[in-house]
Amino acid sequence: MTQMNAEPMNPVPASSDAVTLKVTGLRTHFRIGSTIAKAVDDVDLTVRQGKTLAVVGESGSGKSVTSLSIMRLLAPSARIIDGTMTFKRRDGSVVDLARANNRVMRKIRGGEIAMIFQEPMTSLNPLYTVGDQIIEMIRLHETISRADARSRARRMLELVEIASPEQRLDDYPHSMSGGMRQRVMIALALACDPFLLIADEPTTALDVTIQAQILELLRRLQHEMGMSILFVTHNLGVVAEIADDVAVMYAGKVVEQAPVRSLFKMPRHPYTKGLIACIPDPARDRDETGRRRPLSPIPGSVPSVTNLPRGCAYADRCPLTVDKCRVESPPLIAVETLHSTRCWRHEDV
Amino acid sequence: MASYVLKRFTGMIVVLFVVATIVFVIVRIAPGDPAAVMLGPDATPSDIAALRDRLGLNQPLLVQFGVYLGQILTGDLGDSIFLNMPVLTALGQRAEPTFFLTLFSILIATVIALPIGILSAYHRGSLFDQASTTLAMFAASVPSFWLALILIQVFAVRLGWFPVAGYGGPDTTLLERLHHLVLPAVTLGVVSSALILRFTRASMLDVLDDDYIRTARSKGMAETPVILKHAFKNALIPILTVIGITAALLISGAIVTETVFGLPGVGNLVVSAVMRRDYPVIQGALLVVAALYVLINFAIDMLYLVIDPRVRF
Amino acid sequence: MAVSVAARSTRTAGIAKILRERKPLALGAALLLIIVVLCVFAPLFAPYDPNKLSIANRLIAPGADHLFGTDEFGRDVFARAIYAGRTSLMIGAAATIFASVIGIALGLVAGFFRRTDVVIARVIDAMMAFPDILLAIALVAALGPSAATVIVALGIVYTPRLARIVRASTFVIRELPYVEAARALGVPTWRILYRHVLRNLLSVIMVQATFIFAYAMLAEASLTFLGVGVSPDIPTWGTMISAGRQYVGQADWMTVFPGLAIILSVMSLQLVGDGLRDLLDPRLRKDL
Repeated sequence: MTQMNAEPMNPVPASSDAVTLKVTGLRTHFRIGSTIAKAVDDVDLTVRQGKTLAVVGESGSGKSVTSLSIMRLLAPSARIIDGTMTFKRRDGSVVDLARANNRVMRKIRGGEIAMIFQEPMTSLNPLYTVGDQIIEMIRLHETISRADARSRARRMLELVEIASPEQRLDDYPHSMSGGMRQRVMIALALACDPFLLIADEPTTALDVTIQAQILELLRRLQHEMGMSILFVTHNLGVVAEIADDVAVMYAGKVVEQAPVRSLFKMPRHPYTKGLIACIPDPARDRDETGRRRPLSPIPGSVPSVTNLPRGCAYADRCPLTVDKCRVESPPLIAVETLHSTRCWRHEDV
Repeated sequence: MASYVLKRFTGMIVVLFVVATIVFVIVRIAPGDPAAVMLGPDATPSDIAALRDRLGLNQPLLVQFGVYLGQILTGDLGDSIFLNMPVLTALGQRAEPTFFLTLFSILIATVIALPIGILSAYHRGSLFDQASTTLAMFAASVPSFWLALILIQVFAVRLGWFPVAGYGGPDTTLLERLHHLVLPAVTLGVVSSALILRFTRASMLDVLDDDYIRTARSKGMAETPVILKHAFKNALIPILTVIGITAALLISGAIVTETVFGLPGVGNLVVSAVMRRDYPVIQGALLVVAALYVLINFAIDMLYLVIDPRVRF
Repeated sequence: MAVSVAARSTRTAGIAKILRERKPLALGAALLLIIVVLCVFAPLFAPYDPNKLSIANRLIAPGADHLFGTDEFGRDVFARAIYAGRTSLMIGAAATIFASVIGIALGLVAGFFRRTDVVIARVIDAMMAFPDILLAIALVAALGPSAATVIVALGIVYTPRLARIVRASTFVIRELPYVEAARALGVPTWRILYRHVLRNLLSVIMVQATFIFAYAMLAEASLTFLGVGVSPDIPTWGTMISAGRQYVGQADWMTVFPGLAIILSVMSLQLVGDGLRDLLDPRLRKDL
């Protein structure tokens, strides 16, 4: 699976921090006709307990597929063909999500790992009331009377700062705005007090002001409920706001994982550096006379996951490419504790 | 919601009006003199003239139309030429077998089509899906009278499980009558199920791709409740429309099926009326059947109010 | 899955590729072709004279001499079937053309000229409230039974279906930017309708016409079976089944084979219709 003589893989976090989820060597492939799309190709992630791990990448980097793989919610044409996803359950037992049977997964989904999605407008069933959908979630995992479930649902709506929660329980999704629907989704996801919340680009489809509110809400809830969050996004600004750790994905692999400060201060992968440089910065982008400097985008485009090149997938776009990069794909190399990168020339970044 | 109901209701009234107009036109484009037809070849010109007067056939067309509309609204559909009774009574007498036949057929069609359609959509591309789609296409290509003949031959004549034809006499129980309806209902049901299956499958395929299905699964719900509680309820809306359309198709099919099985229903009545040029009966049947179709569709529109909250507000 | 039609020089290669990739369409087209060829060139394929009476040979079961057996008058059923097919196909085709011409005209007018739409749309809705056989029977009763009236009646019955689809599509196309541009430039309406609107509708019309052909054939058979269609002297598949009815149990082949002929024709038309629809609708994803 991985080279023997490379340096150790996914770094072990400091012993005082327990780990909620540890993904090692995940590979998820899609079969479309006779082509195979290697959407996720050897991904390692660590989500520390009570902390937020942001998974950043462009469209097509495999970040959404990774989160769907963890929940085992993949389309029938996709298959997890390798890897382990170790999750510590509520009762203390440890389970490999990649191999768990359906019954166990159903208990975990919603009850111990919950997920919120990108499109709040279409993620709720239009034919059932908001209250019914939350109550359904609660009663799936606990034996509890309808009345008790209803009051818990109301409390959840209060928790996500929705006004007049009692009335809102009987409203249908179509009478709510996008921001409010996303709050409902959060309430739904947290209704059974999960250990891990997977948030797949939850603010991408929302206005910037609403985005800020939702992020603040998530931050507060994490603090109050002590849960871990896996936050998938393509927006480095969001990452800076809420992440404790960051994993950068490119063409199906994690190319760098580090605590958020280290990542921004000292990126060890040319892609990460390129991404950070892409963020417009009024101070940096003007020269001494105040004239605007040109922005520095990353040239080229992401390789197709059906036709990945031999060697490092970033080689064609990387300013530091040498011959070795095109021949051998680099493994994840630990450069410090908690900081690893997938680059032969990480010292020169 | 009130605007929805009002809009549908006025639409219905307008269509009913146009229906009545169309029927009026159809019945009057027949060449020849209706009075002459009614009285037969031995009638004298003065008899014919008298009858024309009595029937108001000499009035200008617009006046005739007005009289016609007035009659319809008061429930007077005229008298049958050959049956010596008001058309409405004749239709009423024949309504029972047709009603039960249609009901029974829709039941069979739905019971066959819905589960297979749902399963086909869920297992899209599988052998089951391909087989059921092919069978459905086959069933949709079968002429109902041909299927009827085959069913009669196999199940009534050779196996003797069901009566060959007829509806039973005046003293037969309801159960015996339904027994007479089994083969006809299966005939119609099989042919109609093809359309419902096709739409069920298509509608389910659409819905299964929707995001809230993924949300339901992410809650830890088992597949069966996901499909039945979430997917199917959303797929139901277009499916109901198809069932409404099938109702119309069934009435057509009933005409042929009643003839083959010798059922004393409305369809059979219409066929004999056509043979004998009993225009009042033809006119009455057209009006009643079309009105029923319009009403059924209106009822389905109202049903949407119950099922789909988005329509209500 | 995008389908690329090859350039003119390799058009046949392109069509062959399409047929290879879409088996149901190919199957339907092949079946339809066989049936049409057999029926249109019936004189070439008929082993016997379909009208030749031969009491000595009556009610022979299907075998080497008579592929589909013989009927109560000793006539070869296969020969009768393919000759009957000519009539059935011809009536179906004529009714379809009738429905198409009038339906397209009505649909275009309703779609393009708002004021007429108010009336036309209601008439279409009302026409569709009548079950097809019932309406056809009534029309035939009014006009008198003959092949011509059956064609006209069925044509009228199926016109609304096509008109409705053409109308809906015209609404959409009318709003497209280049149509607006053409109007702004002063292009006469009829030319807009012909060059821009109709061209776009062709695929939709073709698909719907195929289905109407199928319905019309089923309807003609039913009408004839009921005795309100074509005269029983003219062989169609419907008349053959009607005649064979008395001999069910004795000579099933008299009803089974014409029935199968109808089923196969209708089925092949449906396969072609479905195939065309999938082919021409780029939105449809075949996998995933």
